[in-house]
Amino acid sequence: MANGGVPPMLDGGFAAALRDDRGGRIFLGVLLAVAVLVPLVNLLPPESSAFHLSSYTVTLLGKYMTYAMLAIAVDLIWGYCGILSLGHGAFFALGGYAIGMYLMRQIGTRGVYGDPNLPDFMVFLNWQELPWFWHGFSSFPYALLMILLAPGVLALAFGYLAFRSRVSGVYLSIITQALTYALMLAFFRNDMGFGGNNGFTDFKEILGFDLQSTTTRMALFLLTAAALGGSYVLCRVIIASRAGRVIQAVRDAENRARFIGYRVESYKLWVFVLSALIAGIAGSLYVPQVGIINPSEFSPANSIEIVIWVAIGGRGTLYGAVVGAFIVNYAKTYFTAALPSVWLYALGALFVLVTLFLPRGVVGAITTMRRARAKPLAAGKVRP
Amino acid sequence: MIRFSGRSRSERAPSAGMRAGDPNRVSATGPDATHGYILYLEDITVSFDGFRALNALTLYVDAGELRCIIGPNGAGKTTMMDVITGKTRPDQGSAWFGQQIDLLTLTEPEIAQAGIGRKFQKPTVFENLSVFENLELAMAGPKTVWKWLAARITPAQHQQIDAVLETVGLTERRLDSAGALSHGQKQWLEIGMLLMQNPEVLLVDEPVAGMTPQEVERTAELLLSLAGKHTVIVVEHDMVFVRSIARKVTVLHEGSVLAEGSIEEVQANPKVIEVYLGE
Repeated sequence: MANGGVPPMLDGGFAAALRDDRGGRIFLGVLLAVAVLVPLVNLLPPESSAFHLSSYTVTLLGKYMTYAMLAIAVDLIWGYCGILSLGHGAFFALGGYAIGMYLMRQIGTRGVYGDPNLPDFMVFLNWQELPWFWHGFSSFPYALLMILLAPGVLALAFGYLAFRSRVSGVYLSIITQALTYALMLAFFRNDMGFGGNNGFTDFKEILGFDLQSTTTRMALFLLTAAALGGSYVLCRVIIASRAGRVIQAVRDAENRARFIGYRVESYKLWVFVLSALIAGIAGSLYVPQVGIINPSEFSPANSIEIVIWVAIGGRGTLYGAVVGAFIVNYAKTYFTAALPSVWLYALGALFVLVTLFLPRGVVGAITTMRRARAKPLAAGKVRP
Repeated sequence: MIRFSGRSRSERAPSAGMRAGDPNRVSATGPDATHGYILYLEDITVSFDGFRALNALTLYVDAGELRCIIGPNGAGKTTMMDVITGKTRPDQGSAWFGQQIDLLTLTEPEIAQAGIGRKFQKPTVFENLSVFENLELAMAGPKTVWKWLAARITPAQHQQIDAVLETVGLTERRLDSAGALSHGQKQWLEIGMLLMQNPEVLLVDEPVAGMTPQEVERTAELLLSLAGKHTVIVVEHDMVFVRSIARKVTVLHEGSVLAEGSIEEVQANPKVIEVYLGE
């Protein structure tokens, strides 16, 4: 034992990261199966067939997957670094607004007012020319850059100030909440130039492809699946690296990490920015699929809901966040259609019940159950 | 007992040649009369809202010695550690690590990297990581995010971790999560984490609080074995423990040094008796 080989998880890299991650392998397998099967049942059978999967369902799944990415982003900082952000919806919305601006420019003369240069809402407000910050958004690569820059720079500036001042715990949670609330109020204003409370909608095309067509929707769906899988693997590799262990060390004993010589602030900032980038990308995939972005995405309640997904799924596992995002959002879709007035109570009840009875979330409960069942079996084998 | 396979001592330039008995030490240092001292605290005053936690404290510690610091509650022991490790900035005074490192200009991580390791009163280890991983993260060297993302453990580092595991007696528990260790074992792991950084100076805050007698004995052996190779400064309440390890004792009272000397001298000092036993 004393001079044995390198303990598991210490050799780094992609394969090693997934080797000890059973839940992650299952998740990636399911994701791959979904990415293969959904196009088949959506595109091949005729619409009348019982095997046909409607484009509505495909888009719904795509939307859930962007939420799952957002949940992974929150789990990375909350579950692994102990930073409870109650404002992650802001980064998601900023990514959404960035792609939304591109989609608005793609409408061109097909808007209600048919103005070749200005989006409808600007014509409505009697604006004469495009504000400076709208320039460049006709270009797709520029929009892609902004999808990363807008949430990334905000997270960098906010995180730099907050972590440098050693704001942590509940105080940090409160100011992240204030951040997203402030942005919501700002984006509600018409003179901000982001469409006020209506936001952006009535999108037509992305890169010249009709957003309503089945194939475009399928392409967006597959892109989202790839982004979700990619974010998962990226986060898992980071967690399994030595930097990932430092991040967890900061969560467990921040002062110890500091006195061993780690710049705790840099690690926190770095992981916070990465998390914001993932949230921004998720937002940019969300908007073309749901066809609308407005300031309500910045609402503090949205950001709190993300945290609830992660708590319900089981934090500190990454795949638990995905499970939580799907469970809660499926329940939301169901309740808001069947019993709209009940939904918020159901969400509250779900959160309270999970906190009381499943402190490690749904996946944590499953792991505990499997261990409990495996133990008597293993003991039985030893018996002569 | 410990084979340091990491950087050689001479690579740590500012404190090289500082150790007692090192033939280079006279030539390597300036004309200061205090050669041989590793830590200088001079005239340090720290006030919190008018309360002087440290009051013109002056303390010199020899390289390689095992020093015990005792004193009643509120004597300023923890504040003194805070000043040395950069957590608290004094209102006045100077604090030097060796001849060339001004502690008052460095941040906490910089001081840790310069070679002063601190063990907290309450054991603070990374509970969800294994014992091995705890030691791995405590290694000396640059600790930036980018380097650590791709970092893999080298055979030399592996050897160093094994050596430290041996020293602190946790070889058997290396793959267990640190949260599963007993209180005493956590304290040893934390000392091990400090050792991973090849520190010149170890600051150890109340190492035996809450330990069983066997653990106390084991801790005394551990600290005695570390003295000489490192400068060990122990802050402790437990007089029995202090007597079992101390060579030189400093008594703090109301933020300054009340007495200094061997344990016998200190215990015979009337001022110390008065402070400890009352008038």
